[in-house]
Amino acid sequence: MIRTISELEQFRSNLSAKKDSARPCVVVCTGASCQALGATGVIGALRKELEKHRLANAVDIKEAGCLGFCNRGPLAVVHPGELCYLGLTPDDAPEIVSQTLKGKLVERLTYFDSATGKNIPHLPDIPFYKAQTRILSGNNAKISPWSIDDYISSGGYSALAKAFSMTPEAVLSEIKKSNLRGRGGGGFPTGRKWETARNAAEPTKYVIVNAHEGEPAAFMDRSILTGNPHSVLEGLIIGAYAISASRGFIYIRHDSLRLSDIVANAVQQARDYGFLGENILSSGFDFKLELHKDIGIFVSGESSALMTAIEGRVPEPRPKYIRTSVSGIWGKPSNLNNVETWANVPLIINKGAEWYASIGTEGSKGTKLISLSGNITNAGVIEVPLGTSLRDIVYRIGGGVDNGKKLKAVHIGGPLGGSIPDKLLDTPLDFDELSKIGAPMGAGGITVMDESICMVDMAKYFLDFLSGESCGKCVPCREGLKQMRKILDKIIKGKGSEQDLKLLLEIAEVTRDASLCALGRTATNPVLSTLRYFKNEYEAHINEKRCLGGGHHQVTKE
Amino acid sequence: MEMQPLLDKYQAQPNALIQILLEIQHERCWLSREMLVELSERLNIPLNRIYHIATFHKAMSLVPTARHIISVCMGTSCYVRGAPIVLEEVQKLTGLKPEETDSEFRFSLETFNCPGTCPVGPVMIIDGNHYTNVQVSRIEGILANYR
Repeated sequence: MIRTISELEQFRSNLSAKKDSARPCVVVCTGASCQALGATGVIGALRKELEKHRLANAVDIKEAGCLGFCNRGPLAVVHPGELCYLGLTPDDAPEIVSQTLKGKLVERLTYFDSATGKNIPHLPDIPFYKAQTRILSGNNAKISPWSIDDYISSGGYSALAKAFSMTPEAVLSEIKKSNLRGRGGGGFPTGRKWETARNAAEPTKYVIVNAHEGEPAAFMDRSILTGNPHSVLEGLIIGAYAISASRGFIYIRHDSLRLSDIVANAVQQARDYGFLGENILSSGFDFKLELHKDIGIFVSGESSALMTAIEGRVPEPRPKYIRTSVSGIWGKPSNLNNVETWANVPLIINKGAEWYASIGTEGSKGTKLISLSGNITNAGVIEVPLGTSLRDIVYRIGGGVDNGKKLKAVHIGGPLGGSIPDKLLDTPLDFDELSKIGAPMGAGGITVMDESICMVDMAKYFLDFLSGESCGKCVPCREGLKQMRKILDKIIKGKGSEQDLKLLLEIAEVTRDASLCALGRTATNPVLSTLRYFKNEYEAHINEKRCLGGGHHQVTKE
Repeated sequence: MEMQPLLDKYQAQPNALIQILLEIQHERCWLSREMLVELSERLNIPLNRIYHIATFHKAMSLVPTARHIISVCMGTSCYVRGAPIVLEEVQKLTGLKPEETDSEFRFSLETFNCPGTCPVGPVMIIDGNHYTNVQVSRIEGILANYR
């Protein structure tokens, strides 16, 4: 149990004194994709190899969270030197161990750069990483998600200590000055939300981590929680202090045991170390935290629905004439932020609002994690300063389309986002700029689509998903989505008319304007954006009975 | 399944209902009417409220499932990377449509959205085993591992 700030600093310096930085360390990524590709087997083989040669003390093997280069996994980073090995199999273990001990490189496992025809051994030099700014995710390669000591030795919980030396008002004003905006989708100013909760009259207040991450093709929140869970906890405790909330909830996916194990373990460690509980670091501040598993439906990530789920009821949204930050769980002020938003908080407190606000654009500060996937060469979790152009993301980092085909569209923001054509790729990654072109950033999923994809089919795909996930409480969303789906189905089957396009637009506008919650209000984005930028595909289906895509089409045609 | 330890764990608080249902689902793979009736009596929650929740959530099943559950990801990235063709092949090989179970209880087929492994899609999960970059030609061989 760490009782005071000076005990924390003492503990930290003890940890660094114990650390032998000269000892080689193989850090293996255990993010979701690397696991799926067999990272566990690689780790097992490395351990076995060390045991076989009685070298267990000569090389450290560390299981790290997501390192980002997901489709090239399982990957490992070897220290010293930050050497990056890709596409590992258990058979590579002997060579990695023997070469690492000699301080040598296994060149065949390093990144091959086709542009220069050379191998690039050092992780920071690989083009995929070079173009990123990994202030939130960079630590993943240094720490094990299971170890609070790792987090502390890399500076963890120092922001909490700093926050306790400030007044709650000063913490709040720092967050406001940083212009941090919510990363979950809305982009609402975090400081203002905190202030509303803080100023609410009711004295009992709650804070919540929204780790629902229910949209397909978004996996960055999971990469933070399974990579660096304490960064989220630290942010949450700081937020609770600023808002003066005494109880918090983490609303987490039910379907990944590993994710909930890592988070539950982190919460328990934080309790054991005294960062949760009573009189944290002798500040006089008390804070309790509990985990709550979601129930696998997209709409339960909506803030008011999520809060009813925590109360134990069916997660249907309610109209938000009164914000949840004033009346949320059990009618108490409840401040909900997304995983990534909370993870930004310790950085802002540690380095200051001015530093933070120096990254990004006028209206969108800091960096953003992006889940980059689809038909793309380098897929994974990337982190870039807001303001980076989509073209840089897709081409400089993503390496363009992976299968030799041409790029047709880039879909941003998941099922509630929009698809844009190549010619708009110079748009910066910015909350407001992306909304203007009808492709709001959402939580930061970017799916690249090649020329074989039919955009009418994609619009229907998103509506299929959303009508299944809509709670059905309000008519515009429930019926609007269903009717739009019917029309799209008709068009895809070649039975559509020009009149259908008008009707489609009309229903989309009504659904957008009249739905109860953000799901219905933004569910029309895929339809509206494809009508805006890919109208020729609709027209080809209607007038020429021809599909301008290909690939997956026969499935919906039947 | 012994109900008592679960009720103790959540201290029989009515607002723990969803968590209790999830645990039963996880343990037993489905929720039988008898269990729901027992829960209703012991938690003093009307049965219709329990059914409201149990039928609302996809994570909960009111029918028994087979020995092996094939889950084909239909998330956006998997979809553009060929998930529809994968699903079609699985349907052809098993004779099942999504949400169906065969009469021998060998396979249940379901589609789902996104385990977060989009970069390595199309993804298929059978009994927790993750298959990545699934190609249609591999599927028959994969299914043969599950008897």
